[in-house]
Amino acid sequence: MAQLIGGLASSHIPAIGGAIHKGLQADPYWAPFFAGYPPVQKWLAEHKPDVMVIFYNDHGLNFFLDKMPTFAVGAAARYDNADEGWGIPTLPSFQGEVDLSWQIINHLVAKDFDIVTCQEMLVDHACTLPLKLFWPEGEAPVSIVPVNINTVQFPLPSAKRCYALGKAVGEAIAAWDSDKKVAVLASGGLSHQLDGARAGFINKAFDLQFMESLVANPEWATQFSSLELVEKTGTQGVELLMWLAMRAALSSAGPRVKEVHRNYHIPISNTATGLMAFEVAG
Amino acid sequence: MTHQIEGTTPFDGEQARKGYALNKMCFSFNEAANRTAFQKDEEAYMAQFGLTEVQKAAIRSRQVLQLIEAGGNVYYLAKFAGIFGLDMQDIGAQQTGMSKDEFKAKLKAYADSNGLSSLGLTRGSMPGRGLPGQAGQ
Repeated sequence: MAQLIGGLASSHIPAIGGAIHKGLQADPYWAPFFAGYPPVQKWLAEHKPDVMVIFYNDHGLNFFLDKMPTFAVGAAARYDNADEGWGIPTLPSFQGEVDLSWQIINHLVAKDFDIVTCQEMLVDHACTLPLKLFWPEGEAPVSIVPVNINTVQFPLPSAKRCYALGKAVGEAIAAWDSDKKVAVLASGGLSHQLDGARAGFINKAFDLQFMESLVANPEWATQFSSLELVEKTGTQGVELLMWLAMRAALSSAGPRVKEVHRNYHIPISNTATGLMAFEVAG
Repeated sequence: MTHQIEGTTPFDGEQARKGYALNKMCFSFNEAANRTAFQKDEEAYMAQFGLTEVQKAAIRSRQVLQLIEAGGNVYYLAKFAGIFGLDMQDIGAQQTGMSKDEFKAKLKAYADSNGLSSLGLTRGSMPGRGLPGQAGQ
């Protein structure tokens, strides 16, 4: 059976792509953010996952309001990055892991999740930037299965439902008939708000409490409705739903889940950035 | 939606219905050729997507709060802003009535805070749809 080796969570911000492109990693503004990543890069180099299942939210690249799925699972052999409107250089395509995609799809539907499946799917900065941060040199040596969670149009799925989704994805990975090593990744957060008169809202206390909760009490944030999470973390801070799904995927490992690394930095662009890594001890 | 959040307009079904044409136009800006076509003839491009007069006026104004009021969704509006080289801090500054430097300072101040002022935020202290300083439609 496949081995679920750990879970990672990272912020994604289009400006990061620009900073990488311009080589600003050591710039005083960017350094505290990029300095968070080497321990995760090291962990990945040592543990070498073959596949990354990525919980992320599309920002209007692949999905428009004509068809807006709550949960969508990629089932493509290849995922292309594309222009999102800002002229940030696009990244090379990513290889899919189609067998695992269908393993996850079949298991999710069996568990009563009514998902959308995508044999073609453009992946935006939310899917690509964490991989670039984890493997800054060259292409990421993993195949991927993107799992998109709607944060564009309300009503959003509840934190409780995202946790249940993540848990079911973890079960599917553990039951996959393969010798591959799989890691799960959450892309998004932490607190930030781009739109409205409250733009620029950040909630450090909540972010820190949320990160801490993921270590030993990962269901803590499922007590809040999605709108309560927007209130506490901002209209885009609600991306922490991805973090919940990621952590839930590891939940069946119980106390074998160990925190490996954590970084928190305010601000990059309008965002309180977070980075966490969890390992499932063998 | 009964849950009101200060200075925030959750993009719900009501907004999605109201803003469909506007958001569809902004979604088209993913493609460079469409950005060029818009810049060449804004009025014709807006007409092609069937924007309402309120939405057209909001586009002409370049004001994000006005665009949200017209049903715009931030993820698609970001592509519109990108045409003018505006980043998220430009947009944040504009929406909060600050200079960009003031807005950046506000963000930076959160780093040194203990976050307790954020925890004091109370629900429903302002109507979610009420955009301060914005004329009603």
